[in-house]
Amino acid sequence: MSILDKHKIIEKNVSLLLVGSLVVVSIGGLVEIAPLFYFQNTIEKVEGMRPYTPLELAGRNIYIREGCYACHSQMIRPFRDEVERYGQYSLAAESMYDHPFQWGSKRTGPDLARVGGRYSNEWQVKHLTDPRSLVPESLMPKYGFLSKTKLDFENMGAHLRANQLVGVPYSAQQVENAIADVVAQATTDADISGLEERYTYDERFSVPLGDFDGNPEEITEMDAMVAYLQMLGTLVDFSTYVPEESR
Amino acid sequence: MRHLSGTIILGIGTLLAVLGAAFAADSLFRAHALILALTLGIATIVMARLVQVNGNTEVDKSGYMDEPIRIGVILTVFWGVIGFLVGVIIATQLAWPDFNWGPYLNFGRIRPVHTSAVVFAFGGTALMTTSFYVVQRTCRARLWGGDGLAWFVFWGYQLFIVMAATGYLLGITQGREYAEPEWYVDIWLTIVWVAYLVVFLGTLVKRKEKHIYVANWFYLAFIVTIALLHVVNNLAVPVSFLGVKSYSLFAGVQDAMVQWWYGHNAVGFFLTAGFLGMMYYFLPKQAQRPVYSYRLSIIHFWSLIFLYIWAGPHHLHYTALPDWTQTLGMAFSIMLWMPSWGGMINGLMTLSGAWDKIRTDPIIRMMVMSLAFYGMSTFEGPVMAIKAVNSLSHYTDWTIGHVHSGALGWVGMITFGSLYFLAPRLWGRKQLYSLRLVNWHFWLATLGIVMYVSALWVAGITQGLMWKEYDSQGFLVYSFAESVAALHPYYIIRMVAGLLYLTGGLIMAWNIYKTIRGDVRNEKPMASPAAQPAE
Repeated sequence: MSILDKHKIIEKNVSLLLVGSLVVVSIGGLVEIAPLFYFQNTIEKVEGMRPYTPLELAGRNIYIREGCYACHSQMIRPFRDEVERYGQYSLAAESMYDHPFQWGSKRTGPDLARVGGRYSNEWQVKHLTDPRSLVPESLMPKYGFLSKTKLDFENMGAHLRANQLVGVPYSAQQVENAIADVVAQATTDADISGLEERYTYDERFSVPLGDFDGNPEEITEMDAMVAYLQMLGTLVDFSTYVPEESR
Repeated sequence: MRHLSGTIILGIGTLLAVLGAAFAADSLFRAHALILALTLGIATIVMARLVQVNGNTEVDKSGYMDEPIRIGVILTVFWGVIGFLVGVIIATQLAWPDFNWGPYLNFGRIRPVHTSAVVFAFGGTALMTTSFYVVQRTCRARLWGGDGLAWFVFWGYQLFIVMAATGYLLGITQGREYAEPEWYVDIWLTIVWVAYLVVFLGTLVKRKEKHIYVANWFYLAFIVTIALLHVVNNLAVPVSFLGVKSYSLFAGVQDAMVQWWYGHNAVGFFLTAGFLGMMYYFLPKQAQRPVYSYRLSIIHFWSLIFLYIWAGPHHLHYTALPDWTQTLGMAFSIMLWMPSWGGMINGLMTLSGAWDKIRTDPIIRMMVMSLAFYGMSTFEGPVMAIKAVNSLSHYTDWTIGHVHSGALGWVGMITFGSLYFLAPRLWGRKQLYSLRLVNWHFWLATLGIVMYVSALWVAGITQGLMWKEYDSQGFLVYSFAESVAALHPYYIIRMVAGLLYLTGGLIMAWNIYKTIRGDVRNEKPMASPAAQPAE
């Protein structure tokens, strides 16, 4: 046990103990995290992924603000029951523009990775306002206040720019037109040609449009929230997706 | 003059906070800056009073610096009770959703208040307090850096807690579990934490003992690793320097891996290594026995800190994280079982020759129970990290139960034991107000934990099985809503269990309050001669 006796040296020297601990705790993280940034197959090649429109991003920020991730996952695992219940299992590519990710860790409520398009806008608004009026067993808090709160989107350009800085490929036009795009997406009969041009990355899919909260008078947080929910999991074209074996 | 410079700095801080509110880029930042201004303003007034009261009287700096430790004991009890209380509230919301009062008191906003109050406020204050106590005693040296630095660390950390918790209620969050505070609060914590490291290291350097005692290895590893985890996991780009919102530097799969590298090691280093430091000092002290094995503590220390850091990916089994990372995470999680039990064995065997104390000393009883729960949850953890088990347990309440057997059982009990050890000594009392009340606390807490954990085992496994149940035709049997309804009774049991644990905490608060006052309860001694075994 001579090696253990040498431990005396470390435990009499603060610097050795400090540096030793730091080295020992760094190894695992380096091995597990660093390769994820350069292995090509970490994020699958898919068709259809696009960054969030400004309205969807604002909705996502409300989703984060309200702590929805505490009860809802956005990560469907590749099991028969989950695929039948929620749809195609989730790919890494589908959250490649998510800063931060919202995969969640608990399902007090169901997974939301593919909730987009599953219910009507009216259903979503009614459910958010009074969940138990539609699902009597639900434990969800009421979010009716979203309909009464005007969406603050004055700063959306700065939000897109911050996303650009962390690597989301927003174009200069997208940043410039952020406010106009919020208005266009959340208003019925608006001129959407600019929005569609900027956010249609694949003509098979279109940006969900319209007055989401049933109140055409103003753009509320409910509009943004529902716009976000309605696009979740709808971007990737799975008809052309081939799973990679070596992953 | 003492306190004068502090008053001036706090005054300037208040002014800056007011300016921050005036020029805020969004309404949330304005509200948060006003809360900061209010907090600092009150602190300024208190400090100014101290200048008046104390004048030029100098404190005696020859002995240990125990003043922050005394306040730390009180605040640990306070945050513990708050954390348990908020836990009971959110447990009630899950049993009866009408107890949500939106937007500020909706489950999604106060759940992080509960987790942060328990982990960072209760646990963090306990760690800071006990580490200051232990490092001074085991080094026979006063805290390094002068009293000002230690006070900065102590109150700076409390300010972090207040800003984090008020932020959650306002809806200011990064949406990263256990790392919810936004960028400016994170920067503040980084400054405080580096100062903490400096105080701790400085004290170790100027020690009058040749060897650095084992408890300090664990405290040091905890402080260093938390600094590393905190900085990397919170890398983000703010939208505006006077706004609340920031966007994480990483995205999607990499972000998930970084977050759970952080998240699991918040457990591994905050809730394990730090509290092992506590165990390695207070258990031998209370048992009046030396640590069982010096060699075991060496092996246990290095293998624990090396292996823990790999375990993060077990939070991401079967997700879009690449398989190789998941497999590594699982393998290391299983290996982690060994050093964890090494620590438990080293702690339990320290009682060799003193086992009778479990019968006579409720504080020892608490410490032993904490090690028992430590052993149980560090066995359960590796089991849940096996992919096949995880496919059932993940996303269910089983995980919540597991966390609580560690948090209520291990972290809670070892902290209570240490607080009961500290209170009479710090205030120069001969004994605690009442050992019988400690015993009441022990049983209420133990009963609470057992009820909590078993209710959530049943809940979690029920949930997991219902989600996967197929009928003979090959259709899913249960809708999601049916699985929610099935959990109702267990959620009620969980809330009652939390109430028991909270009651124990309140009894502790009363007991420590009376101890500080110097009262002694008129009661029958714990071990009556009649209970002695026949010779």
